[in-house]
Formats: sequence, structure tokens, C-alpha cells
Amino acid sequence: MPVAYIPRTRDLYSDFKPYRWVENDGVPPFVALSKPIAECKVALTSSGGVMYRDQPRFHHEDASYRRIPKNAARSDLSVWHFGYPTADAQRDPNCVFPLERMRELESSKVIGELADPAFSFMGGIYSARKVREELAPQIVDELKRAHADVLYLVPA
Amino acid sequence: MTSALDITQAVKPPRAVFVNFPLGHQTGPPDNPELQRKIVIDAMRAFETITSPGTIVELPYVWDAKDRSWEERDYTKGWMPKRPTREAADAIEAERIARFRRG
Repeated sequence: MPVAYIPRTRDLYSDFKPYRWVENDGVPPFVALSKPIAECKVALTSSGGVMYRDQPRFHHEDASYRRIPKNAARSDLSVWHFGYPTADAQRDPNCVFPLERMRELESSKVIGELADPAFSFMGGIYSARKVREELAPQIVDELKRAHADVLYLVPA
Repeated sequence: MTSALDITQAVKPPRAVFVNFPLGHQTGPPDNPELQRKIVIDAMRAFETITSPGTIVELPYVWDAKDRSWEERDYTKGWMPKRPTREAADAIEAERIARFRRG
């Protein structure tokens, strides 16, 4: 059975005012692919809190993001996040940021191209407004500049 | 890509792929490139196969067929590893930055 995270979060933080999760009504926006995924430029973005080399770590309520070169080695990556146990992701960032796997899919032509750079932020941001009005538009600008066809978003 | 089905159902992204793994393993267990690759390929395929807005495709992979106790335990009180103190976290950060700047 899938874990019911919304009620468990309420229990876990029962000393605080109940968190108001984003709930979107109606049919979500949807754009069908105009060409096969094997011809698409795919951008990878993870909210797992991944940093490249000496990039600064994330802080609480930090809505900044990091640009991660697509050819980054596994040993160039570190992880900081307060909202999930990060031991496995620190050992192997591909758990939440499958950069090595995406490079393989580019080589084997499952996807057309992996966009450079990939992006990461630390998803434990209390303010949904901050994400919607500050963080998301910057990522969208980056994706447009990179001419990405598809965004593969891996939350963590 | 999601492992939190109820949150994804509330947020309603255009399309999603769900795998019932513990948080922090949305694209697979550590040092298991075969399973990681399957999950990521399934996600790429879903971009082509999902044609209806809001569809969430569930992947068939099982975290641990012999032990499902994580589903009861995760995200309950006492489950998160204790956070390091501010001083300890700052020391870890300083060491990390120094390591990369040394080259």
C-alpha cells in the first residue's frame, strides 16, 4: 500500500499548524509530445538537494537551485536535504538524481539528447508561493534557454 | 516521477510515473543501476504512452517483497535520522568545500 504522506506529515508535525498542501482542481495543463522521445531534448531536474563540487549547500526555506553539468562525475555530487533520509542518495545520487542513467539513455538513443546542465533544488520549501513565484519561473527560463522539449522532474 | 501518491494526486501534474519505494529512492535503490535504468526508461516511455492529462502510471517494481514494514514505519515519529547540530553541519560543509577546492 502506498504510504499516505499527507496525514503522516500532519502527525509528524503535530506541534505545528497543519500544513496546507497544494491541491489543484480540474484538468492539469497537458502538452502531448510532438515527436518521439528518441528525438527529444530531455532536461533532468531533481528536488533531492543535489550540489556539484563546491556549490554551497541548501538552507531551510532555500528556494535557490544549482546547475549541475551533465557530464558531472558521481564523485562530484553531494546531497543535502532535511526532509528525507539522505544516506542512500549521498552514496549514490542516482537514487534521486539519475544523471548517469540519463547519460546512458542518451548514448543508447532512448532519448534524443540530455539537456545541459541538469538542475537541482532542495524540495523542503514550506512556502508554495515561493516555489510558484520565485523558483519555478527561473527553472522555466533555463529550460527555454536550453531549448528543452521535455522536463523530467524527480521530486524527493 | 513520484513515490508519494497522495501528494501527486493532490498536486495533479500533467503526467506522472509512480513507484512505491521509500522516499529518497524515486529512481531506484543505491548501486542498482539495472533497476534504476528500468525505472528511468519506463518514465521516458510514459512521455509517449500517456495521452490523457493527469494520468499517473504505476510501475510494477517492489522495494522488498519479503519485508513491507517500511510502509508502516516511514514518515512516522522517530523515523527520520537525527539532524546534526548546527556546528556539526557547518563543519561537514566546510570540509566538503575544502575537499573540492583542493582539487
